[in-house]
Amino acid sequence: MDEVSATEPDPGAGDAEHGVIQTRGLTKRYRGGQLAVDGLDLTVPAGSVFGFLGPNGSGKTTTIRMLMGLIEPTSGTARLLGRPMPRASRAVLPHVGALIEGPALYGFLSGKDNLLRYDAADPTADPRTRRARVAAALDRVGLTAAAGKKAKAYSLGMKQRLGLAAALLQPRRLLVLDEPTNGLDPQGMREIRSLVRELASDGTTVFLSSHLLDEIEQVCTHAAVMAQGRLITQGAVADLAAGARGRLVVTTPDTGDAARVLKEQGVADVVVAEDRVTAEPPEGELAELNAALVTAGVRVRGFVVERASLEDAFVALTGEGFDVAG
Amino acid sequence: MSRAETPMRQAGAEPPEVAAPGAVRAPSPLWTFGLLRNELVTTFRRWRTLALLGVLAAVPVLVGIAVKIETRDGSSAGGGGGAGPAFIAQITNNGLFLVFTALAATLPFFLPMAIGVVAGDAIAGEANAGTLRYLLVAPAGRSRLLLTKYATVMAFCLVATLVVAVAALIMGALLFPLGELTTISGTRISFADGLGRALLIALVVAASLTGIAALGLFISTLTNSGIAAMATTVGLLITVQILDQIPQLHALQPYFFSHYWLSFADLMREPVYWDNLVNNLGLQALYAGVFGSAAWARFTTRDVTA
Repeated sequence: MDEVSATEPDPGAGDAEHGVIQTRGLTKRYRGGQLAVDGLDLTVPAGSVFGFLGPNGSGKTTTIRMLMGLIEPTSGTARLLGRPMPRASRAVLPHVGALIEGPALYGFLSGKDNLLRYDAADPTADPRTRRARVAAALDRVGLTAAAGKKAKAYSLGMKQRLGLAAALLQPRRLLVLDEPTNGLDPQGMREIRSLVRELASDGTTVFLSSHLLDEIEQVCTHAAVMAQGRLITQGAVADLAAGARGRLVVTTPDTGDAARVLKEQGVADVVVAEDRVTAEPPEGELAELNAALVTAGVRVRGFVVERASLEDAFVALTGEGFDVAG
Repeated sequence: MSRAETPMRQAGAEPPEVAAPGAVRAPSPLWTFGLLRNELVTTFRRWRTLALLGVLAAVPVLVGIAVKIETRDGSSAGGGGGAGPAFIAQITNNGLFLVFTALAATLPFFLPMAIGVVAGDAIAGEANAGTLRYLLVAPAGRSRLLLTKYATVMAFCLVATLVVAVAALIMGALLFPLGELTTISGTRISFADGLGRALLIALVVAASLTGIAALGLFISTLTNSGIAAMATTVGLLITVQILDQIPQLHALQPYFFSHYWLSFADLMREPVYWDNLVNNLGLQALYAGVFGSAAWARFTTRDVTA
């Protein structure tokens, strides 16, 4: 996996601004001495949908909080839209919509009043268009019918939608979405994904943190992987997935024979699991391999090369599953 | 998922009133007042705020009824041992004195406790609910948010005091005669003059609470728990009130924020005796300055992790 370096930005995606988000040696050590983020060099190209991956406790949220000016870095720099953070917060943040660690709402206010309050906190928001923009944001996330309901009566999915609406109150150049599909049902997830694609097609850069690898794979053009406070890799999703090789999968009841024949044909890394035999795909003609299996009397029910997923790439990179980092 | 939700809008369905990307307005200089107005509306529409104000309004009502019942047979209120809050004996002669009695009765504990709840919750409550991070990335600005919060707590001090005063005035007018009144110095002043002094006293009482308001706001910046900040502020209030009663601590007592609170009674002298009133306002300004700066220093540098 050395094709994609952890420090070099993807040359094809670099733009004049050197990235909508750019960090150099960004480090956060909490007072207890715990190193949450360690020398992060992250570059998010403009116009990308950028997936930010990592197990729980890998430093994703601390990174996002530093980017948004909520936490002061111990060392290193973070630039948002080309301006230093947290110094340029007031100039930069009106262009940035954010959903950080889930939505946070005033339970005693209605959904609409929650948005009116967040909008009133934005110095660049025009009070004359406030109500229209709030109504448009509610409409966009499908909450118009529940706008007058107290937020404490909202379901988790509705709160998540309201949090998204708050990020969409103004036209944004960058959206930072931390686990945006958390708590949503499959239909809601699909709606969020289509919303993200729609926003991206309008030219908004979307920075999306998620623990759902297939979600990242479906919507993201670029991705970065963090583990234990360090950036392991970043680059275009296609490049990342290509780094991990696919697997040849033979489905058969005669697993013992199949494994023997595959080994005889010189196929490496043969693994038998239930009614499947998996192996490293060979360089030669696959049809010949299949013919050899059939000739040997193996009842082949399925013969396929499974494309490497981002998950395979992730496991290959971190050497671990998606568990909490100890 | 509730039935109230409808699918999200698809591309191209965005209403035209939404500005084009990049058209971000320059901040209006009046924007801070927009945030302040929203903060005031949010605070005073909360059920908790209304409950606190209701409790405060109940105090003069109860005092008025108690005095009325006690003096049915023509005896004077608090006459037995001379106990009870200041001015209570004069209420039967003039209902306006219920205003002074009610303020004297609520100032030592009820009023500052209500302020402690609102001030203690100001930042810590937002942090607890997580809404603080969204206000900050909006971006509200840390100094502006803190100033807005302090202004709102001050507004609550004023409203809370006026609620007590107005409830007492209405109750006094309903239960007792109104008219000319006698000052502590024994001179007579007109009812209109008396009403003016009542308003002045209410303002001084409200100003007396700015010290604990600043203290509560500072404590509120220290923690992510609204309950802890409220409890600490109210606990400090009780502690100081007790320490203020211990004679051996008389060297320290002039620095307790509550030490000159009851000096507002001096406004009922003719001529007004200003020394303790000035001491009180000076002390409140000192508290507001010291703890306001401490709150600012803390809040503008802290890591917001909640």
